Order: sequence, then C-alpha cells, then structure tokens
Amino acid sequence: MSIFEYNGSALVAMVGKNCFAIASDRRLGVQLQTVATDFQRVFKIHDRLYIGLSGLATDAQTMYQKLVFRHKLYQLREERDMKPQTFASLVSALLYEKRFGPFFCQPVIAGLGDNDEPFICTMDCLGAKELAKDFVVSGTASESLYGACESMYKPDMEPEELFETISQALLSSVDRDCLSGWGGYVLLVYAALLTPTEVQEKILKGRMD
Amino acid sequence: MGRMTELPTKGGFSFDLCTRNDMLLKNGLQMPPFRKTGTTIVGLVFQDGVVLGADTRATEGPIVADKNCEKIHFMAPNIYCCGAGTAADTEAVTDMVSSQLQLHRYATGRESRVVTALTLLKSHLFSYQGHVSAALVLGGFDVTGPHLHTVYPHGSTDTLPFATMGSGSLAAMSVFESKYREGLTREEGIELVAEAICAGIFNDLGSGSNVDVCVITEGKTEYLRNYQLPNPRTYISSKGYTFVKGQTEVLSTKITSIQPKVEAVEGGDAMEE
Repeated sequence: MSIFEYNGSALVAMVGKNCFAIASDRRLGVQLQTVATDFQRVFKIHDRLYIGLSGLATDAQTMYQKLVFRHKLYQLREERDMKPQTFASLVSALLYEKRFGPFFCQPVIAGLGDNDEPFICTMDCLGAKELAKDFVVSGTASESLYGACESMYKPDMEPEELFETISQALLSSVDRDCLSGWGGYVLLVYAALLTPTEVQEKILKGRMD
Repeated sequence: MGRMTELPTKGGFSFDLCTRNDMLLKNGLQMPPFRKTGTTIVGLVFQDGVVLGADTRATEGPIVADKNCEKIHFMAPNIYCCGAGTAADTEAVTDMVSSQLQLHRYATGRESRVVTALTLLKSHLFSYQGHVSAALVLGGFDVTGPHLHTVYPHGSTDTLPFATMGSGSLAAMSVFESKYREGLTREEGIELVAEAICAGIFNDLGSGSNVDVCVITEGKTEYLRNYQLPNPRTYISSKGYTFVKGQTEVLSTKITSIQPKVEAVEGGDAMEE
C-alpha cells in the first residue's frame, strides 16, 4: 500500500468567472478503518488564499503549521498578505528542501491575485508546480477526479454554477474511491465588482460508506 | 538541546525526515510516484543560432498530470534549457543556476556564456551523484557563437550539433539522423525540430500534447510557446453538463464577507497637537 493511501483524501480546485472554489472530502482513515468524518483538509492562509493538503494527514498538518508560520513572518516584514503566486513558490521551495526525505503531501493552492484574478495551482510531493487555468486535483481519488473535471468543467462559470459543478465532480469521484468521501466540504470565494468579496463554506451531504 | 524555533534554513537540502521515511518504507508502505516529464526534448544548431524544442506532457506514473506544461526553462536572456526527468529536479536546478548566472552577470558586467551555465549545472548534478534526476538540453548564443550541450543526471555532458533527450529521444533522433545537415536556415531548423518533437509525441507514450519551440540567435530570442497544437480536444459535448442550482444537497452553509483593508494615510494629525 502506498504512503498516500494510508489516510485517503480527495481535493479539487476550479476557476470560474471572478471566483474560485476549492473542495475536499471529509474522511480520515487509518488504512481501511474510518477514524473521523469531519477532518479538515482545506486551510486558510489569509482572507484571499487557501491551501488544501492531501496525502499523509500528519504531514499535511505539519506543512500547514510551517506555512502559517512563514506567512506570519512575511506579514510582519512586508506589512501585507502574500500573493498566491509567491505563496506557491514558497510551498514549492519548502517541499523541494526535503527532496531526499519528502513530506508525503500534495498541496492544492487557490487564491485571488492582483485585480481579483483567480489563481490555482497544485504540486507533487517534491514541489513541482503545475499552474492550471481550469482545474487541479489531488488525492487518492485523483484519477476519477481528472475524468469528472475534464467532462464537467466549463470556462467562465458563475459562482452558483461553479459550486454545483465542483460539488458534483467531487461527489461522483469519491464514489469510486474507497479511501475518500464521507461527505464533502466546498469553499467558494467570489470577488464581485461592487459588493465586498464573499466567502461561502458549505458542507455537502454525500454517501457515508 | 537544539533550537526551540525552526528558523528558515540557509538553503540546500534538509534530510531530517529521512529516518522516518525509511521506517515507513520498512513497514511496507511504498514511495509515491514523483511527477516526471516523460518527455521528448531536442536541440539543434542552425546557421544563425540554436533551436530548442520540447513536448508539453507531465506524467505522474501512468496518469497525465499536466497537458500543457513548460519544459523550456529560462536560464539567461540568451540561454535556455529543456529539462527531462523528475519535474521538481529540473525546475529547481534550472531556477538555481539561472539565479547564479544573474549574480555572475552583475559581478562581471558581461552577457552570460553557455559554458558557464554548463559548468554550474554539471558540478551540481555530479555532487549529488545522479540522485537529482535531471537530464537537460542546454542551448544558447553568446560572444563565442551558438552552443548546444546535453547534461546527464550524473553530471556528464556532450557538445553536439543536434541532440535529443527523454523517453522520446529515440523517435526524435531518428528524424534528426535522417534529415539534419549543416547550415540549415531558420525556417528549416524550426520545421525539423517540430517534426522531431511530433515523432516523440505520437510514438512515445511518455510525451504528448503540444510542441514548444525556442529560437536563439545573436541578440534575439524567440520563445514560441505552443508552436504547434497537433492534439486538440475533439470529444467535448457541445451542450456540456449543466447542473441546476440546488441539485447538490447541502447540510450547512456559512457565508462571510471580507472587509476590504483600510489603508492608513500618512500625514494625519500630528501627535503633539
């Protein structure tokens, strides 16, 4: 069994029109036994930047703590929040530093950059960045997620449609993976022109098997 | 004993998770597949300079992780480098040498030379004895003329008029061996490179998607990203999937508004008043 299959996870992020969504499953398992059904995989770095971490859960939590530490130092020095592109380079560098003894986690980064431009990116456990303009996936359900997202994704979706699409892609993919699922969590950030930026967090009802 | 807080390290690799990872491997867990660039990368020297070419597929085991990644990396304004092997290694090593070349340019006040980049790359790769798995095709044009080199993961290099690397190198080399000659024009060079990459794309499973080309001549570099797109998506349904609002069952919702950050303006009331 692969180290990535020890806990099980599913993560997906998609870009819409002036908005992005990041979704994860909620299961935490120890190989084939489920230990928790409310495990948090998507973490906030600042108001407009979120990171999802799939793979070994302990490494995901350690990675998150290190990143929050580095971001807080950055905020103190620069007196502003980190841009998503800079943050992606930081995550990549932290992962590559451990090239010969890596953290077993694959991050999915989603944020709003300059001019509220949505930004998503994923990397493997060594920090090889993949910047995508449409969607990125990660976790044990990644193969099903690739298929579901390829068919269901459309460019320039409005927030409501983006929410429905990402939820359906996540739920249908985790149905084909034993190690992930048990509900879903979707976070959608929408930057409208005149109204303030809105963050919606929804818990999805999914199959509990 | 030891530091209480973990300060940002001064650079280089850190090996502190190795003992734990070895323990996990002994307990039967397998290492995950790293993202590789299966790849076909090529380069050739033509009459006015160098042409580099690469495909754009990144693989993770048998799965295509990225259908349009960039494998031609910037080293200097007159030097570019194609990378095959573990994606993180090629990106990290080319970024690192690119930064070192920039510092060298500031120190010397001169344009970078291809042999400088070559020496920096080969000494780094040799010192890691092949564990940094990066196979590179380095090409550029400097004061001494056009140069093309290949760098292997263990640190050996070759200087060639035409070169191919990666899993599709045999397919591409067959095109070069049949059709290469000295003194090609720019158009002929680009066509030949595109044909070699296409041979890799269609015959090698580790390479695919599009053709990227980079032409480096005296004083001018042209990066032709997605020069050819021989694999368009033709299976998309014109209607697409439309999900009705409310189709997904939601258990709970939480909505927060982000307040825009207020900028504090300098030059307000003086405190002494």
